[in-house]
Amino acid sequence: MIFIGILIVFSIIVMTLLGPWIAPHDPFKPGVGPPRSPPTSEFPFGTTRLGQDMLSRVLTGGAVMLQVAFLSALLCFVLGVPIGLFSSYVGGKTDKIFSMVMDSLYAFPGLVLAIAIAAMFERGVISMSFAIAVVYIPSYFRIVRSQVLTIKELPYTMAAKAAGAKWHTVLSRHILPNVIPSIVVVMSVNFADAILTAAGLTFVGLGVSVDVPDWGYDLTSGRKDLASGMWWVITFPGLMIILLALGFTLIGEGLSELTSPRLKE
Amino acid sequence: MSLLEVDHLTIDYKTRRGIVRAVNDVSFSMKKGETLGLVGESGSGKSTLGLSLVRLVPFPGVIRSGHIRVEKKDIVSLRDKEMRSIRGSKIAFVFQDPMTSLNPVKRIGDHFIEFLRTHTPHISKKEALKRAKNILDELGIPNERINDYPHQFSGGMRQRIMIGLAIALNPSLVIADEPTTALDVIVQDKILGILKDLSRAHDMALILITHDLSIVLERCDNIFVMYAGHQVEYGKSEELYRDPKHPYTQKLLQSIPNIELADQKLDAIPGSPPDLLNLPKGCPFWPRCPHVMAICRIKVPPIISLGSGHLVKCFLYGGTES
Repeated sequence: MIFIGILIVFSIIVMTLLGPWIAPHDPFKPGVGPPRSPPTSEFPFGTTRLGQDMLSRVLTGGAVMLQVAFLSALLCFVLGVPIGLFSSYVGGKTDKIFSMVMDSLYAFPGLVLAIAIAAMFERGVISMSFAIAVVYIPSYFRIVRSQVLTIKELPYTMAAKAAGAKWHTVLSRHILPNVIPSIVVVMSVNFADAILTAAGLTFVGLGVSVDVPDWGYDLTSGRKDLASGMWWVITFPGLMIILLALGFTLIGEGLSELTSPRLKE
Repeated sequence: MSLLEVDHLTIDYKTRRGIVRAVNDVSFSMKKGETLGLVGESGSGKSTLGLSLVRLVPFPGVIRSGHIRVEKKDIVSLRDKEMRSIRGSKIAFVFQDPMTSLNPVKRIGDHFIEFLRTHTPHISKKEALKRAKNILDELGIPNERINDYPHQFSGGMRQRIMIGLAIALNPSLVIADEPTTALDVIVQDKILGILKDLSRAHDMALILITHDLSIVLERCDNIFVMYAGHQVEYGKSEELYRDPKHPYTQKLLQSIPNIELADQKLDAIPGSPPDLLNLPKGCPFWPRCPHVMAICRIKVPPIISLGSGHLVKCFLYGGTES
């Protein structure tokens, strides 16, 4: 399973890297073909209302998605997991304060919060990733926190302490490895979510500028054209996003199996 | 030379509903290599007492007063770092439930490596695994299973592995908190036998915490009976069995089923253990005691020595005058 996932994600990465060279047309240039053309042999994915070649746009449009997905997941992981671990393990007032902050973040609709945060910074991949990370950190925090609450009471945690382990050893060697399977699942779901939120940010003009090809942009702008029967503008970038999300999900599933010995057999 | 001295130890749990005194003015001592059976019902404070010996009384428990001396060193006031170096290397713990006492994502070998490295950081992985294999051999577990995960072992094997971890650093004291409660009777006998044999072979003292008086009577040198946080009786196993002094111990012994008297009606102790938040005044056992006297309801009895180390906390044997 993990191999199929890696294969999908890896193919998409390669495709995006090679996109500018293998694309048959300039992805931005209007009028390379007839406008609003359905898929034909010359334009296998059809053209946009401006006559841009959809195939070229699909081949080159993954860069932003990929960068944002990886960067935001990394940020979530690096911030959400340690905060969750620490807060839950220490408990008491510290935990209450962290939980309150995280819950209030969680209460916002994701996209609205992401828009608000992205609007504070300059447009670009980093601000998008940061905005998305802030939206998803509470999910990581909550999962980690609830898992740690259970695990820290389990006998093997006590046994580790009784064996003379330091508190950070208990946390990093005994509790974290048992939380990781759940984190990986959240991560694979959030990858897919992050991609969609990134598409949403692009839609309201907070993504990268319009002269960078982006599936999210095509997906959201193509929604208008769907009413006039132009299914291809939204379908192909949409399929790519689904495929990428699927790849991440498969990797996540595979990783969660690899990290929990009971599922490995 | 005494290995362990517990001196007027009192442990409280501060709960929302009030203070629960789980261990109430308890004193005893242990010699090197001695085996002690710590007996009591659920809620008698025996596990709390056991955990306090490695200073791991769970929140919100605190050691209110008293001393615990391990080889003359008082661990109640010890700094955390020094306490950690004692845990596992000098005093080891075997927990009740072997199914969850091993970390499910770690191989058995990794458990040994990590444990050995906690206390002897310089040891190489290879060396640690070699020692682990020797220990597994000693416990009758095929050493090629060192790379298996905990869930691949049966309950009895896991408990043997826990014991293996406990003895890995040759501690001078092993505390086993109901090590066989989660196991069936045949495995129970085997595990207790292993513990006893190891403690003799390695000259380790052993505290066996249990609610089952019968399993410690034949295996331990001394027995320590607790009731509602109080120590009620302490003495040599044979003496306690032959001539129990405290009414509670007498009742406990009478309630052990006898296999030869199949038709005998089992003698049970009437009533139930007291609510620790709301202890009766005086001796905690008086509401269930067949020999209750007026003074029992007013004062806590003193600990009375009956000679040859036999101690009992009961007014039947004196202390009523003062």
